[in-house]
Amino acid sequence: MRTIQFREAVCEAMSEEMRRDDTVYLMGEEVAEYNGAYKASKGMLDEFGPDRVLDTPISELGFAGIAVGSAMIGNRPIVEFMTFNFSLVAIDQIINNAAKMRQMSGGQFNVPIVFRGPTASAGQLAATHSQAFESWYANCPGLKVVVPSNPYDAKGLLKAAIRDDDPVIFMESEQMYGDKGEVPEDEYMIPLGVADIKREGTDVTIVSFGKIIKEALKAAEELEKDGVSCEIIDLRTVRPMDHDAIFNSVKKTNRLVILEEAWPFGSVASEITYQVQENVFDFLDAPIQRITTADTPAPYSPVLLEKWLPNADDVVKAVKKVLYK
Amino acid sequence: MKKITKSVYLKWYEDMLFWRKFEDKLAAVYIQQKVRGFLHLYNGQEAVLAGTLHAIDPKKDRLITAYRNHVQPIGMGVDPKRVMAELYGKGTGTSQGLGGSMHIFSKEHNFYGGHGIVGGQIPLGAGLAFADKYFKRDSVTLCYMGDGAVRQGSLHETFNLAMLWNLPVVFICENNGYAMGTSVARTAKEQEIWKLGLGYDMPSGPVDGMSPVKVAEAVSEAVERARSGGGPTFLEMKTYRYRGHSMSDAQHYRTKDEVEEYKKIDPITQVKEVILDKKYASEDDIKVIDQRVKDLVKECEQFAEESPWPGDNVMYDTVYEQTDYPFLSHKL
Repeated sequence: MRTIQFREAVCEAMSEEMRRDDTVYLMGEEVAEYNGAYKASKGMLDEFGPDRVLDTPISELGFAGIAVGSAMIGNRPIVEFMTFNFSLVAIDQIINNAAKMRQMSGGQFNVPIVFRGPTASAGQLAATHSQAFESWYANCPGLKVVVPSNPYDAKGLLKAAIRDDDPVIFMESEQMYGDKGEVPEDEYMIPLGVADIKREGTDVTIVSFGKIIKEALKAAEELEKDGVSCEIIDLRTVRPMDHDAIFNSVKKTNRLVILEEAWPFGSVASEITYQVQENVFDFLDAPIQRITTADTPAPYSPVLLEKWLPNADDVVKAVKKVLYK
Repeated sequence: MKKITKSVYLKWYEDMLFWRKFEDKLAAVYIQQKVRGFLHLYNGQEAVLAGTLHAIDPKKDRLITAYRNHVQPIGMGVDPKRVMAELYGKGTGTSQGLGGSMHIFSKEHNFYGGHGIVGGQIPLGAGLAFADKYFKRDSVTLCYMGDGAVRQGSLHETFNLAMLWNLPVVFICENNGYAMGTSVARTAKEQEIWKLGLGYDMPSGPVDGMSPVKVAEAVSEAVERARSGGGPTFLEMKTYRYRGHSMSDAQHYRTKDEVEEYKKIDPITQVKEVILDKKYASEDDIKVIDQRVKDLVKECEQFAEESPWPGDNVMYDTVYEQTDYPFLSHKL
């Protein structure tokens, strides 16, 4: 199978959907003439023209709201945020308008829209540029939240997100755009809300999503040398969450570690922990462990950033803890 | 602009009186605690809506506004009984009882809300116009806001983008003098709100918002500009609300004399005087209209009273278009 970069997978997904559906357009800062701040829309202006690939000024609130309004009467916009850190100035439009429109209109107006862009840390960018808001968006009924971890998933999930009739938050990573992976030439889609078992195992379940899952995969390699068999679940979609995939795995391994690149308080890991204790409490042989960033804004210094971020060593330690090793 | 004929005046009188009495009825049932939440009434501002409706084609043009939004959908053709039922929280309401006072919508009648966050609807209005331009439709969007909303960043970002993309939208500020309890003079150094459009090179101007004729003239010109590809316009309707910001407003920020001064230029009285002066109708004819309005308001109240409450499922069924969305269970 051919191998392409994550950014190419994103670009292919958007381009294929724009070819099949005239109502889809792409809007955002630097998406057109610059070919995307991270080149995820390379060539799209040339193919689709300026009416469907629109450069915007730095006005996230304004263009996010315009996109939501257009989605009320026939468009299916893709809104790119250069990073989700910048979505905060548009969050009123996402939470109060995109997410609520259908319910507060009594079901009259659905909002088929995708807000996409990178999430979480990307090197020494410090406090304002290293945040992960998956749990914030997932907290809000009306939204769906998708966080792929590789090119194959990114393409299949993004195509499904664009065709979805509800608003979708689609979160990528600056540090994944160059990642290469096998992506078939033929068209395919990955349904939202279905987790993927990245690695089968018997001793412990590790649940993660997004780019940080790579640390879990590294840890699993290490642990295998010690005879520990890890099962790794990639959530792919945070909301709706594939609870059954998690519960079934915990029933098999009886131990759970959750790895998330975000603050611990009210995190996705916290929600999983609640669901697991409520539904499969009797299957647990150890308290659940969660690995997150430090409970502080992201520091700049490389020494501190390394401590702030979760890594494979943290995963190894957590796995050993739930195994009482 | 369509001519303002006898029948227009008579329609204006009946519509505006009905809107006024509809709002008065809501105030009454609010005090009886049949309608709850916040309640923002339109009394005094009716000329803005009446004039607008004369200037647009409700079959293809679109309206969007903030939370002072009960009578605009009625003007666009929504059954007033369903608006009243929405305020009662009944299943027969425009949003099946999920929206309440601040969130009235009607897809069928081109009314796009009904928005509770000050200024949040401004980019949405431009977005409707964006879609119409995208699909080369012949529609114009009328996007309303209060004088408080013009201090939000959403207005400025939207003005810039609407001009940049030449969208078919008319922005209308209903300046009723007060953002809740804060007068316009206390919100900005420059008090002529229409001048905000000039910084974006947007055709802008003030309008006597107590006169449906002046409103119709100004909106007609703006709609024609938008429809013929001339882009956005910003109109500042100088109007006044007789009631408080909401029902809980004690109105210490203004005098009773000030309110009485405005009532002297009341839009309904103005229209009635023209009707009588020009003998479009007699005092007896007016009484017939008044009775019809009274009866319809009563009918709305009765419909809302007698309508059933919404079922439990509706709050789940309306959140996602996906029919089998797996909500978390919340009760044991």
